[in-house]
Amino acid sequence: MSAKTPRVVLVDDHGLFRSGVRAELGRQVEVVGEADDVQPAIDLIGELLPDVVLLDVHLPGGGGQAVVQAVKAEHPEVRFLALSASDAPEDVIAVIRAGARGYVTKTISTAELADAVRRVAAGDAVFSHRLAGFVLDAFAAAPQAPSDVKPSFDSELDQLTGREREVLRLIAQGYTYKEIAKELFISTKTVESHVSSVLRKLQLSTRHQLTRWAAERRLA
Amino acid sequence: MEHPDRWHRDQPGHRGPFGRHGPFGLRERHAGHGGPLRRDPADRLGGGVAAGIAAWRGFSPTTVRIVFVLVTLVSTGWGVPLYVLAWLFIPAAGTDTNIFSKARTDAGGIRLAVGLASLLIFVLLIAGALNGGWFIGWASPQVFSIAGLALIWRNAPEEDQATLRHLLEPLGVATGTVRPNRRSALRLVIAGALMAGGLGWLFSAHASLALLRPLGGVLLVIAAIVLALGPWWLRIARDLALERQAKARADERLDIGARVHDSVLQTLALIQRRADDPQKVIQLARMQERELRSWLFEGRDPDEADEELTVAAGVRKIQQDVEARYGVPVEAVTVGDCDLDDNLTALLSAAGEATVNAAKWSEAGVISLFAEVEPGEVSIVVRDRGKGFDPEAVPEDRKGLAESVHGRMARRGGTAIVTTAPGEGTKVTLKMPRSSLPAGRA
Repeated sequence: MSAKTPRVVLVDDHGLFRSGVRAELGRQVEVVGEADDVQPAIDLIGELLPDVVLLDVHLPGGGGQAVVQAVKAEHPEVRFLALSASDAPEDVIAVIRAGARGYVTKTISTAELADAVRRVAAGDAVFSHRLAGFVLDAFAAAPQAPSDVKPSFDSELDQLTGREREVLRLIAQGYTYKEIAKELFISTKTVESHVSSVLRKLQLSTRHQLTRWAAERRLA
Repeated sequence: MEHPDRWHRDQPGHRGPFGRHGPFGLRERHAGHGGPLRRDPADRLGGGVAAGIAAWRGFSPTTVRIVFVLVTLVSTGWGVPLYVLAWLFIPAAGTDTNIFSKARTDAGGIRLAVGLASLLIFVLLIAGALNGGWFIGWASPQVFSIAGLALIWRNAPEEDQATLRHLLEPLGVATGTVRPNRRSALRLVIAGALMAGGLGWLFSAHASLALLRPLGGVLLVIAAIVLALGPWWLRIARDLALERQAKARADERLDIGARVHDSVLQTLALIQRRADDPQKVIQLARMQERELRSWLFEGRDPDEADEELTVAAGVRKIQQDVEARYGVPVEAVTVGDCDLDDNLTALLSAAGEATVNAAKWSEAGVISLFAEVEPGEVSIVVRDRGKGFDPEAVPEDRKGLAESVHGRMARRGGTAIVTTAPGEGTKVTLKMPRSSLPAGRA
């Protein structure tokens, strides 16, 4: 979307992974800095103010969400894209709720990663198929259980619309935004707004089911 | 001529005229050495008195000791002070002066000896008042023993002191510290008090309390023993527990080591050998990743047969099989989960067939497998971005497969929709209603 190449900071405790990503993304984004732990990352990001931070969910000095929270408090304009090798829903949901604009697995291809960085830089949300599955699972769990009726249920933030569900299902099936637009006869822009809306609900919803769901998934 | 080192080291100035007589029978137990009676520290158990007598008269030290113990038993304990006196008055081998000659001038030592002896006399008086019986008979000679030992302790050369310490050591070892610190000293004092009380009670059994008192005495004695030896037992138990923990840790390390070796290293070796075949490398890496992930994060042993009892497990199985057999990555996402029944087993078979189809024919780089469990139905979508096909012009062999998918679903009341066009990829949407009945044991 944006014409200029996004400025990116890499935060990951594996030097090998950082250099790999830097080499792969080299041409398509501008990697302006790297950090390997929570505190150095916070300092570096505050100093460089990049467009996008590629953030590993797991860092030795605390989770990735610690970085997101600290930076968001000072510089809300910095956007985060979470990367993880573990796919543990608990970690992913935590970093998204801390304020990351999206989540992709580390096995993602270079082209897709560059595309995801650009979309996050442009203010869109990026959902991997796995995250879409998590969200569907988390938001599906409660409304369908008849015993789980509660007063806060009607809050708009606490449930997904039918359209949002459809979009998420297609993302989970590996569709790109363009393919989703075509499939649902809507514009790509509309798809993006649906995804952003889901992200907002994911971040702002007070449903305790979200946390409980994530915790249960971990135990299962 | 032998020179037992200890004599020279410990008593350098006391070799005297008897040094030339050589060692008194440490190993030379012939018919006595003919010299004067001397204690034999080299072959000692206590003060070396028995060994000395044995060497002097040419007996075996063991015989002398047995005789000594018998004398002690017959004389109700008088053998012990006798021995202590001998220790005091008989000079050690190679010397000419006895301990007593030194102790005579040791005012402090004499006071200590008298003090200890009078303390024991006091205890005996109490025991007498409490009807102590045979205890008094055995303990009264020890008044002299205690006084003599105190003098020996104060005045004997280092070597004899070391022997005394050694004789007392079992107590220290039993309480867990050879050199008791303040806490264990306090513990020992309490244990001693309990023991004394318990023994006193035991020996003072009057008729009126004949049943109660021995019981109380026994309890006190047991308490004393527990207090004195408890920490030692505890330490042994703790050591055992630590040992078990260490073993468990070692086992786990072995397990992890075996796992890493068996699968991860093997796969890495395979990847190096197949470096020229990117597709194979990706397949191997994914297989290993999935295996490791299921082992690390889900606690499942990949070698265990996946029981396929739930939809999610079934989807995982399809993913694994197809990736292993056709080398095409399968991105599986499952939303919700439920146990399998016959209908859902049929659904999974159909989904498996559709996935295999996509892997064999579509030439797509990746296949998406999406399963969603809803209250009313379970749907599975198998999708690829491959070459697709014209449904009107399906080759016979593929039509057969499509039919079997359709047929399988229809027989169970489900639906199968295939959406495809040449160059557009293929999407198979399978939906199966959930029966309210639990799964049969098919």
